[in-house]
Amino acid sequence: MSDILGSMISLAFLSQVIRISVPYVLAGMGGVFSERSGIVNIALEGMMLNGAFAYVLGTFLTGDPVAGVISGVLCGMLTGLVHGIVSIRFKANQIISGVAINLLSVGMTKYFLKIFFDSSSNSARVAGIESFSVLPYNSEFADTINGIFGNPLIILTIAIVVFSHLTIFKTVFGLRLRSVGEHPEAADTLGVKVNLIRYMCVILSGALAGLGGVWLAVDQHQFTDGMSNGRGFIALAAVIFGKWSPIGVAFGCLLFGFAESMQITLQSSGADIPTQFVQMIPYVLTIIALAGFIGKSMPPAASGVVFEKDN
Amino acid sequence: MKKFIKIFLIVFIVNVIFLFIGLKSKNTIQSNKSQLKVGLVFDVGGRGDKSFNDSAYAGLMRAKEKLGISAEYIEPGEGSDRESALRLLAAQGYDLIIGVGFIFSDDVTNVANEYPKQSFACIDYVLKTDESGKELMPPKNVAAIKFKEEEGSFLVGALAALITKTSKIGFIGGMDIPLIHKFEAGYKAGALAINPKIKIISNYAGVTGSAFKDPAKGKELALSQYCNGIDIIYHASGATGLGVFEAARNMNKLAIGVDSDQYSEAPGFILTSMMKKVDVAVFNIINDCVENRFEGGIKIFGIKEDGVGFVYDENNKMLISDEVLGKINELSKKIIDGKIKVPYL
Repeated sequence: MSDILGSMISLAFLSQVIRISVPYVLAGMGGVFSERSGIVNIALEGMMLNGAFAYVLGTFLTGDPVAGVISGVLCGMLTGLVHGIVSIRFKANQIISGVAINLLSVGMTKYFLKIFFDSSSNSARVAGIESFSVLPYNSEFADTINGIFGNPLIILTIAIVVFSHLTIFKTVFGLRLRSVGEHPEAADTLGVKVNLIRYMCVILSGALAGLGGVWLAVDQHQFTDGMSNGRGFIALAAVIFGKWSPIGVAFGCLLFGFAESMQITLQSSGADIPTQFVQMIPYVLTIIALAGFIGKSMPPAASGVVFEKDN
Repeated sequence: MKKFIKIFLIVFIVNVIFLFIGLKSKNTIQSNKSQLKVGLVFDVGGRGDKSFNDSAYAGLMRAKEKLGISAEYIEPGEGSDRESALRLLAAQGYDLIIGVGFIFSDDVTNVANEYPKQSFACIDYVLKTDESGKELMPPKNVAAIKFKEEEGSFLVGALAALITKTSKIGFIGGMDIPLIHKFEAGYKAGALAINPKIKIISNYAGVTGSAFKDPAKGKELALSQYCNGIDIIYHASGATGLGVFEAARNMNKLAIGVDSDQYSEAPGFILTSMMKKVDVAVFNIINDCVENRFEGGIKIFGIKEDGVGFVYDENNKMLISDEVLGKINELSKKIIDGKIKVPYL
């Protein structure tokens, strides 16, 4: 038992938690922006998948991972734009639009996978993003620290969480964004362009979720069919968990990452616990946290409601 | 009204596009030498999965070349109707219809009952059980192809035990189900046969089907194992295993591939691969049909039938010494002779 505890407070464990949480956090931030502005976004999953594929394709074609990241983010934005057009311009049900985008993304990435890489399972190997060294020593400790704080994407993720918090709660744009999600009619009478803000948010949401997908592809150096594997939905759960606040959502994602990591550690420890039980841990933790600590989770009042301008 | 026309047009165009995609995925390869018509339906993933389906395709092509059959294959998409694909081939009068993957078990049984005069085969067929738990045999015109994955896993387990420097080896499975437990059981038995004190740690990626396509999870599981002093990991987890290879690259350790030769996924980091020769099974069953001795029932493909094995070639020669190879071949012979019974639970 002390062995298990020992490996759980190790640095390796901590860095694993962070690695697992990064895609959740990025997609979760996307979810926050979109839902705060009143657009339910279950398309996060599809946006991640598209972002992951676009990173691999961009890097593969140009040989430059930075171009890959940019194309991943752009592809996510494009997916967000589609979701925006369908649910804002054409006033379609946002859940249905999201489901459609998820299904479309699975099929489309596979289709292009076949065209560009002649495979239905995985792409060729592409370059990843190298960590720079924060601590210039050669030890296990330094390696782990470099792996976390030297990784540009992890630094970017932390910056994005802070930036999201400041934007939503400390800026004029953030105030407008929240008012659009809570009471679009009131915002409209005050001259806020409701749909414009919603478009911006849903596209930003796509960019962030796309970046989450980029992380997955960078980590694997390749694209694998369906590699987002439900992470968009876990991010969505974290959005509710964190009560639509960036910092809260980030902690929710870390909790999911922690639970997943604990599950891995428990399995590897060789302790005689049935795998089914160990696999339950993330979900049990979620239920306990939701029921016991979080309390009532109230979505933005106009989330999912189409805004019709009253002339 | 204008809106309706617009929507109608969009739906129409989308339908037309899908019509072409549907047509494209149905391919006929004509050959006149023989009358025998063989149809094959791929599992999810389809051609180009570098594993199961590609292997089945290779068997089909070899049969076409050597036996002069006419072959057709269908790639049903994600979640689409497998049964209707089988039924389509049956209705068109194909003599032998093959479903690639355990997921076809029920569908093949149903369609085979409706078309008793035609022959069917299903790779990795899972026997159904009745209420009392007794296993039900497949219909008479169905060849249920089963592989002894535990035997191949036994050999790679023994190999891992001979190569490891830390006396600690790992196993990573995809979904936690009996089919994958077979791989684990054989691997453990093989390793213990070489070194009774060896430590083997097993992880599973999940308890749903998506556990087979989560490379990120596979990588984390593998990293965690490698950090605990394990130096060789055998995976039986589909695309999740690609993450295991990525971890092997990161940590400069070894991994063992599964189903087909996975050397090209991480050259230099793959010790060997446990081969499940679906192509051999497909070819043999077609050959039986051509020679008019097709029989239904359970067909077992183990080491003896050349249905499973491991890779030893130019690529991994430098990792495996002749002495080690000798020991593995000895074990392999003992299994063929029935002197070693490999457990599957």
